[in-house]
Amino acid sequence: MATTTQVPAPPRRRPRPVSSGRLSGASGLGLGVGVLWLSLIVLLPIASIVVVAFQSGFGEFWDSVTDPEALDTIKLSVGAAVLVTVINAVFGTLVAWVLVRDSFPGKRIVEVIIDIPFALPTIVAGLVLISLYGPQSPFGIDLVGTRKGIFVALLFVTLPFVVRSVQPVLIDMERDVEEAAASLGASGFTIFRRIILPTVAPAILAGSALAFARALGEFGSVILISANLIGKTEVSAAYILKLIEQNDTTGAAAVATLLLVVAVIVLVLLDSLQRLAARRD
Amino acid sequence: MNVLRGRGRTATVLALLAASAVGLSACGSNSGSGSGSSGGGGSDSEVDIVGFSVIKSAYDDLGEAFAKTADGDGVTFKSSYGASGAQARAVVAGQAADVVAFSLEPDMTKVVEAGKVAEDWNTVGDTKGIASSSVVVIAVRKGNPKNITGWDDIVKDGVGIVTADPGTSGAAKWNLLGAYAQALGEDGKDTEAAETYLKSFIGNVVSWNDSGRNATDAFLKGTGDVLISYENEAIAARAAGEELDYIVPDSTLLIENPVAVTTDAPEASAKFIEYIESAEGQKILAADGFRPVIDGVEATQTEGANDPANPFPTVKNLTTIDDLGGWSTVDDKFFGDSGIVTTLRK
Repeated sequence: MATTTQVPAPPRRRPRPVSSGRLSGASGLGLGVGVLWLSLIVLLPIASIVVVAFQSGFGEFWDSVTDPEALDTIKLSVGAAVLVTVINAVFGTLVAWVLVRDSFPGKRIVEVIIDIPFALPTIVAGLVLISLYGPQSPFGIDLVGTRKGIFVALLFVTLPFVVRSVQPVLIDMERDVEEAAASLGASGFTIFRRIILPTVAPAILAGSALAFARALGEFGSVILISANLIGKTEVSAAYILKLIEQNDTTGAAAVATLLLVVAVIVLVLLDSLQRLAARRD
Repeated sequence: MNVLRGRGRTATVLALLAASAVGLSACGSNSGSGSGSSGGGGSDSEVDIVGFSVIKSAYDDLGEAFAKTADGDGVTFKSSYGASGAQARAVVAGQAADVVAFSLEPDMTKVVEAGKVAEDWNTVGDTKGIASSSVVVIAVRKGNPKNITGWDDIVKDGVGIVTADPGTSGAAKWNLLGAYAQALGEDGKDTEAAETYLKSFIGNVVSWNDSGRNATDAFLKGTGDVLISYENEAIAARAAGEELDYIVPDSTLLIENPVAVTTDAPEASAKFIEYIESAEGQKILAADGFRPVIDGVEATQTEGANDPANPFPTVKNLTTIDDLGGWSTVDDKFFGDSGIVTTLRK
C-alpha cells in the first residue's frame, strides 16, 4: 500500500509511508495523474453541487434544507442508513466468517450469489423485493408503504459491502495465534474479542462506510416498496428528484449538499475508528 | 488489512475507469449527432428525436413508415427516449435534438424558455403542436373484483389507489387533474366539490411512484386496488399480456402530448411532424393505443383495447386542460409550492 520511498522504511511494527522526502519521478507522475483524475471525476461534480446549492445565497439554502418535508426525508434516509450499517456490520461479519471458516455444500454458489445484490440494477432489485415482500408475498409479509420495506431494501443492496471487506482479512488471518491462545486456556469469546475482532475491525468499519454511503443515496431499490408517502416513507433521493422535476435545482443541490455533509461526517467518523482499531492491532 | 486496501484501491480505480469510459462515449455520441443534424439539406438527413418513453414504439413505427414516403426518402433517425422531464432537461442542457416529443406542455415550455424551440410551436398545424392524445382511465384487477365502475367508487373506504407521483413524474399531473376535473360538475364550475373529491382521492392513495411505468409495476405486483393511468398505457399493458382491466369513465380528462421541431432542425424534421399528424400517421399511433388528434381516422386494430374494433369509446364529459385555464395557470395552481395538490398531500 505504501508509495515508493527511496530508503527502506525502518523496521517498525507497522510500516507507514514516509510523509516527508521527495517523490521519485514515476510516483510524482502517478500522483499528478491520480489527483487530476479524481478532481475531474469526483471533486469537480461535488464542488459544483455545493456551488449550485449556494448560488442564490445562504438564506435560500437554509430555507431548502429546513423545509419540513426535506428534514423528514433526511431523518428517514440517515436513520435508515445508520440502522442498516449497524446490522450489516454484525451480519456481514457473520456471513464472511461462515464463508471463510466453515465448509458446507453449496458454499461456492453462495460465494457467487453474494455479490448479486450489488450487481443487480437497483430498479430490478425493487421489483424483486416488491414481489417477495409486497401484497402478493409468498410469505404473507406486506411491507409496501412502510419503513420496514425501505429497511429491507437497503439491507438487500448493502449486504455485500461488509462481507467482501471482511472476507479477505479472515482468509489472511494466521490461525496459529488463535490456536496458541486456545492452548493457553483462552475461551472462545476471549479469542474473538482479543484476537479476531481487533484484526477484522478495520475491515468491518471500511465495509460499513461503503454500506452507509450506498444506503444514504439509494433510490431504485426503495422507490417501489416505499410507495413514496410524504412525511412517512419518502427518502431523500426521491425528494431530490422531485425538486429537480419542479425546476428547483438550487433546492435539490441544497438537500444533496446536506446529505453530502452527513456522509462526510459519518465517513470521517468511521475512518477515525478504523485508524484507532488499526493502531490497537 | 493490506489485502483489503489493495482490493479496495483496485476496485476504485476500475470504477473510475468505467465511469470515464461512459463519460467519454457519451461525449463522443453527442458531438457525432451534433454534426449530423447540422449537415442537413437535401433529402439525405438525419433527424434526432428526443422523446418521452411511452411514445417510443409508436415513433419507431412512424419513422419506418415515414422513410417510405416521398418526403421521408433518405431520412434516417436517431432517437433517445426517457422520462419526459429528464428529456426536456437534457435538451436544455445541450443534447442534440431536432424533434422533441414530451408527455405534457410544461416540459415543452422548459425547452422554449431555453430558446431551443420557437415560441409559436403551439400554433403549428391543425393540431396546434399536439401529436398524440389519450384520456385518464381507471385500471383495475382482472375481473374487477372490487366492482369499480367510475370515479365515485375509488374514493370509498378500503380502496387503495396507485398513481405516478406528480412531484417526480410530470405526466402524473394528468392523473390528479383528471380526478379533480371530473368532479367539477355538469357546468364545470363546482371547484369546492372538486377539491373535496381530490382530498378523499389523495387520502386513498397507497403508493405514489416516480414514473408511470413504475406505478404500473407496483400495481401489477399487487399494490392497491386501482391504478390511475392513461388509456394508451393500459392498452399497451394489456397488449403485452399484463393482467389488468381498465375503465374509461364517463367523465375524464383529455391528455395531450406536444411535439415540436427545434430551431436549427433540418427540414425533414418538420415533414416528419406533418406526417405524424396526418391521417396515416395517426392510424399508426392509434394502433398503439393513442386517440387520434384529427377527425376521420378509423382505428380498428388496437390490440389490448377493451374492444379492439372500437378502441376509443366517446367520453360523455371530456375536460381539456384549456377548460381548466391552460398549463400556465394549472401548473402553479395545483402543483406549485402552495398548490392544491401540494397542500392536500401534506
